[in-house]
Amino acid sequence: MILYLCKRLLMMLPMLLGITLVSFAVIQLAPGSPSDLMVDMNPQVSDLARERLHKFYGLDKPVLEQYWNWLKNLAALDFGQSFAPDGRPVWDKIVERLPITVSINVLSLLLTFLVALPLGVYSAVHRGSWLDKGITIFVFIGFAAPTFWLALLAMMLFGVHLGWLPISGIQAMNHDALSWGGKAADYASHLFLPVLLSSFVSLAGLSRYMRSNMLEVIAQDYITTARAKGLRERAVICRHALRNALMPVITILGLSVPGLIGGSVIFESVFAIPGMGKLFYDGVMARDYPLIMGCLVLGAGLTLLGNLLADIGYALADPRVRREGR
Amino acid sequence: MESSFYQALRRNRLAMIGLYGVILLMLTAFLAPLLAPYPPNLPNADAVLLPPSWQYPLGTDDTGRDLLSRMLYGARVSLEVGLVAAGISTLLGVILGAIAGYYGRWVESLIMRFTDLMLCFPAFFLILAVIALLDPSIINIMIIIGLTSWMGVARLVRAEFLTLKHREYVLAARSLGAGNMRIIVRHLLPNAIAPVLVAATLGVAGAILLESGLSFLGLGVQPPEASWGNILRQSKDNLEIAWWLSVFPGLAILLTVLSYNLLGEGIRDALDPKLR
Repeated sequence: MILYLCKRLLMMLPMLLGITLVSFAVIQLAPGSPSDLMVDMNPQVSDLARERLHKFYGLDKPVLEQYWNWLKNLAALDFGQSFAPDGRPVWDKIVERLPITVSINVLSLLLTFLVALPLGVYSAVHRGSWLDKGITIFVFIGFAAPTFWLALLAMMLFGVHLGWLPISGIQAMNHDALSWGGKAADYASHLFLPVLLSSFVSLAGLSRYMRSNMLEVIAQDYITTARAKGLRERAVICRHALRNALMPVITILGLSVPGLIGGSVIFESVFAIPGMGKLFYDGVMARDYPLIMGCLVLGAGLTLLGNLLADIGYALADPRVRREGR
Repeated sequence: MESSFYQALRRNRLAMIGLYGVILLMLTAFLAPLLAPYPPNLPNADAVLLPPSWQYPLGTDDTGRDLLSRMLYGARVSLEVGLVAAGISTLLGVILGAIAGYYGRWVESLIMRFTDLMLCFPAFFLILAVIALLDPSIINIMIIIGLTSWMGVARLVRAEFLTLKHREYVLAARSLGAGNMRIIVRHLLPNAIAPVLVAATLGVAGAILLESGLSFLGLGVQPPEASWGNILRQSKDNLEIAWWLSVFPGLAILLTVLSYNLLGEGIRDALDPKLR
């Protein structure tokens, strides 16, 4: 297992390097240099100041050298300073927002699993039933509905017409004055809609996936064997089929990370949640290049981490995978 | 093979619904200038935020523009972006996948590692980052979506080529003196085209969703030009009073994407002999 882990970690290094390369290349697309934008906003900046700024960001050096310097800083977790007026380090800005985004995504993943697995198993076991057809229709709609539209509708219904839930931010104005339980309830009411909606989207994919896995497993010989030896149907499904159908779901978990992080841009801007997605969106709107680059690298890094965790989970669940590494 | 494919597609009721939906959308987009009752960008101070009525079938927005007319013109944008972006990504995916699958060795590892790398980036992050640098014109959006969504097709084509290139007819073609280019284009591609067709159809749906998301965030199609996404963006300001502005454009996106998805899945099932 340790050997497998080491191999897996070693494989990540070139990918990490590639991520930085692509992120850096993206920024090179910009017409003019990043510092021009700061200067253009302010006509009083002299040519001298412009040059000084150029030097400060190392923009007077050849591209390769710029990349190398940027990479050296990245290795020390120095993502540079934000162009925003506060001029704070990008790393600090991202790290303080990250827990919100991660916890919303983890919550919505949990909810997705709790609902999608039973749905998928049920429609596989009762293939062709009315409920199976209903779930299939629901899945197709889930695939096709734009998430931000669902969010708008939910805001309109629950927030405006019924007035049950707050529709923006993650805490009420009087949050600090609330008791411990009140604070928890406050967070819950603010996060309810975003979590529900972001899991609705992945729900469709996962339950569909679970259904086809389950159908495949049920057709296997060992299921026939289990039935032939007289096990109750319930035991066949839960103990023999489900466990094997669950395996590939671990991989899906890893693969869903980039979608979740990307989706958080939309959710967090619709619901005004101060997470990493909103930070990135604001950065894009303000053309804050260091921040954009930092989020890009970190977003891809998180994906890599997700894939790593999924692979480790898979290796833990399936001994064949970790032996293959030898 | 062709006739049995059409028969299988015809028998699939959902796929036919999808096909009719797609055809209907294309007609609406094409005929938008004839169908639209009003000019899409003409404000009317006397008809601000009117609910749906006989005069304005889907209501009007906060500057008195007719929602139906705007949505008809928006259909053009969605379709244009969807088709062109999916075209770019499919073409790119086919080329890279074909080269990787056919030549193998270091060329293959290089291309496939690059594919893995691109898959690491949250698609929305990458697209937004590029748009932040260029200006969000329709052309740029098509190109950017195309350049960031070819990876699935590339993997697919490579996998097909890996099995196809060892077939006997490839050997036969080579022994008759056919060059690499000819083998790839004339012998391998036609046999790998089926899954590509499915991926391209689903790709249109994906691109339409992406464009609407970008426009909703204000980084896609810029007003006054109408797109379903940017109508929804503007509807946010009148969420309390004008439900029609939020409901109809979203419904249009949903039905369009649904049609393409149903059609794509239908083609997949019709091409899969096991399911017939």
